[in-house]
Amino acid sequence: MLSRGEGGFLIPYFIMLIAEGMPLLYLELAVGQRMRQGSIGAWKIISPYLCGVGVASVVVSFFLSMYYNVINAWAFWYLFHSFQDPLPWATCPLNSNRTGYEEECEKTSSTQYFWYRQTLNISPSLDASGSVQWEQALCLTLAWLVVYLCILRGTESTGKVVYVTASLPYCVLIIYLIRGLTLHGAVNGLTYMFTPKLEQLSNPKTWISAATQIFFSLGLGFGSLIAFASYNEPNNNCERHAIIVSLINSATSIFASIVTFSIYGFKATFNYESCINKVILLLMNTFDLEEGSLTADNLNEMKDYLMATHPQEYAQLAPQLKNCSLEAELDTAVQGTGLAFIVYSEAIKNMEVPQLYSVLYFVMLLMLGIGSMLGNTAAILTPLTDSRVIAARFPKEVISGAVCFINCVIGLIFTMEAGNYWFDIFNDYAATLSLLLIVLVETIAVCYIYGIRRFEKDLHTMTGRKPNWYWKIMWAFASPLLIVSLFIFYLTDYILTGTLQYQAWDATQGQLVTKDYPGYALAVIGLLVAASTMCIPLGALGTFIRKRLKRERVSTVA
Amino acid sequence: MYAWDANEEYLFKAMVAFAMRTYSNKSTTQISDVLLCNVTDRVSFWFVVTDSSKNVTTVPGSEVEAAIRMNRNRINSAFLLNDKTLQFLKITSTLSPPVEPSTPVWLIVFGVVLCLIVAGIVFLVVAGIQQRKKKDKESAERENLEEKGEVTVAVENGIPCETLDLKAGHINGVFAADDERFTSL
Repeated sequence: MLSRGEGGFLIPYFIMLIAEGMPLLYLELAVGQRMRQGSIGAWKIISPYLCGVGVASVVVSFFLSMYYNVINAWAFWYLFHSFQDPLPWATCPLNSNRTGYEEECEKTSSTQYFWYRQTLNISPSLDASGSVQWEQALCLTLAWLVVYLCILRGTESTGKVVYVTASLPYCVLIIYLIRGLTLHGAVNGLTYMFTPKLEQLSNPKTWISAATQIFFSLGLGFGSLIAFASYNEPNNNCERHAIIVSLINSATSIFASIVTFSIYGFKATFNYESCINKVILLLMNTFDLEEGSLTADNLNEMKDYLMATHPQEYAQLAPQLKNCSLEAELDTAVQGTGLAFIVYSEAIKNMEVPQLYSVLYFVMLLMLGIGSMLGNTAAILTPLTDSRVIAARFPKEVISGAVCFINCVIGLIFTMEAGNYWFDIFNDYAATLSLLLIVLVETIAVCYIYGIRRFEKDLHTMTGRKPNWYWKIMWAFASPLLIVSLFIFYLTDYILTGTLQYQAWDATQGQLVTKDYPGYALAVIGLLVAASTMCIPLGALGTFIRKRLKRERVSTVA
Repeated sequence: MYAWDANEEYLFKAMVAFAMRTYSNKSTTQISDVLLCNVTDRVSFWFVVTDSSKNVTTVPGSEVEAAIRMNRNRINSAFLLNDKTLQFLKITSTLSPPVEPSTPVWLIVFGVVLCLIVAGIVFLVVAGIQQRKKKDKESAERENLEEKGEVTVAVENGIPCETLDLKAGHINGVFAADDERFTSL
C-alpha cells in the first residue's frame, strides 16, 4: 500500500519497479529454485563467506514483526469503534461544562483528535514516555492471538489463510472504487495523483521511499522468496513468474492508489467547501448581508468590495479569514500510518451509511496487515523449525507461541503514550537501509562472486532458456548502481540536515511540530541499522576465522 | 428557506411573549410589549421586552435571557430551525452530550472477537495434541506387533506396503500391458 499520499509518486514507483523490482525478484526466485534451500543455506552455497546475508534477513524480519502488528492493533481499535452511530471520530467530545467542544479538538479536526488523543493518547515528546494504554495493549494482544491462530499449524494452515487475506482486499477495493469514483470531488484527487511534481522528483527521499515500497510489496531481501522458491519444481519458469508477479503487484498498487486518491480528493473538496462556507458565514454575520448574496463563486469579488467599503471592520476580521485553497488541502502531507487512519476516517465520516464503509475498510486493512505479519513470522519461524537443535525439543506450537509472546511483550512499548514516536523510529529505520544493503550484497554476490556465466548456465539447465541481455545488464550494472546511488543520496541528506528529526504532536497548538531526536533515540536507531547490516561482515569474518583454525589444525595434525 | 416578513416578525414577538409569560408566570406580557429594531437583510435584529404594567420600562436582560433559555426548544421548533441556525447572541446553548451506553460498544465487540479467536486456538492445539498421541500409539502398536512376530508387515524400502497403495501413484503403461505382449497360448 502506498504510504505516501503525494501526487506524482507513480513515476519513481514505476522506474524502481522496472529497474529494481523485476530483476531482483527474478534473481531471488532463481537462487531459491537452484539452491533448493532457505535463505541462510542458499547463500552459504553461493559462497561460505555470505552466511551473514541470510541471518541479516532474519534479523530484519524480526524487527519488522515487532512493530508491524501495532498497525493491526490500531485497525482493530477503529474496527470495534465503527459500530456506533454517529462514528466517534465524526464529532468532537464536549468540554467539562458542556458549553462547547474540547479545546484540543477545536484547534484541530475531530478525526485528528480521535487519532492523537483517544487512540494513541500521545505525549508531547519522545522523552515523556507515559504509561501503557490498556486499551491499545488489549488490541495488540488480540492481534497477536490472531497471528498465532494462523501460524499455529505451520505452513500448510498459513497457505489456506492467505487465500482469504489475499482475496478479500480485492473485493473491498472494488466496492470502494465504485463508491470512491462516484463521490463529489473525486476527480480533483485523481488529477492530483497523475500530475507529476518536479520538485518531488528531485528529492532523493521520494526515490528511496519508492524503492522501499517496491522491496516491501514484493518481499525482496526478506529471505521469504528464496525459501518459497526452494519448494518449486527445478524446471519451473521463474522468469515468467517474476514478470507476472511484478505486474500483478503494480496493477494492484495502481488500483489501490486510484481508490485512495479519489477518496483523498473527496476529503479535500469537502474540507475546502466547508472552509469557504465558514468564511461566507463569518462575512455575512459581520456585515449583515442577505442570505444567498455571498456564494463560492462571487466570494473573491465580494471580499474586495467589502474591503473597499468597510476597511476598518474588514481589517479587524482579517486574521480570522482563512485563505481556503484546494491545493493546500490536497497537499496536507500526511505520511505513513496517519494516511491510512486519519485521512480515510475523515473521508468515511462524510459518506452515507458511514458504519458500513468503515467496517469494510478496516476489515480490509486488517486482512492486508495480517497477511504481511504471516509472511514475516514465517520468515522467522522457518529457520527456527528447520534447526534440529530447537525443533527436536519443542513442538512447533510451542515455538510459534514463544515467538508471538516475546513479540507481544516487546510490542507493549508501542502502546505507551510516546509509543507512536518509537513506532516511527522502527518504521523509518529498521528495515529501509538494511534491505537496500542486503539486496545490494545479493546482486553483487550472484553476479560477481558466484559468476554471472555460471548463474546463466544454471538457469539454462533449469528452465531450458538463457536469460536475455536485459536481465544480465540489470543484474550486473543497473540495479547495483541504482542502489549505491540511493545510499549516497541518503548519506548526503543525513549529513546536510545534521541531525535526525521527528514530528511530535503539540496538544496546545493542535498540530505537529518538528523536534530533534534525543541522544538515546539516536543510539537506538544506530543499533537497529547496525544489528542487521553488521551480520554480513560478521558472518564473513566468522567463516574466515573458522577456516583459518581448521587449516592450522590440519597442518598441525599432518 | 422562507422570506422574513411582517408575519414572521409577529410570530417571533408572540414566541418571546409566550416565553416571558411562562417564565415569570404573570399573564400580563402582550405581543405589543416586544419591540424589534434594526432589522437587517441578514435577518438580524435587536429586541427588548417592555413591561406595560410598570410604566413602560424594559425588563432586565437577564430575565429575558433566562426565559428564552427555558423555552429555547419551543422557539426553535416554531421556526423549524435549530440552535445553529437561530442564534441568540449572549445566550450560549448547552450542547447535549452524546448517548453513552454503560459498557462501551467497542469492548463488547472486542470480547466477542476475542472469545472466537481463543476458541479457535484451543481447538487447534487440542487437535494437534490428539493427532500426535494417535500417531505415537499407532507406531507403538506396530512395533509391538512386529516384535511378537504375529503380523509381518510387508515393508518395501522401509515403507509399509499399505501406504504405497495410494491412489496418487501413476500406473506405468509399459508394465501394465503385460498380458498383451506375450502371445496367448
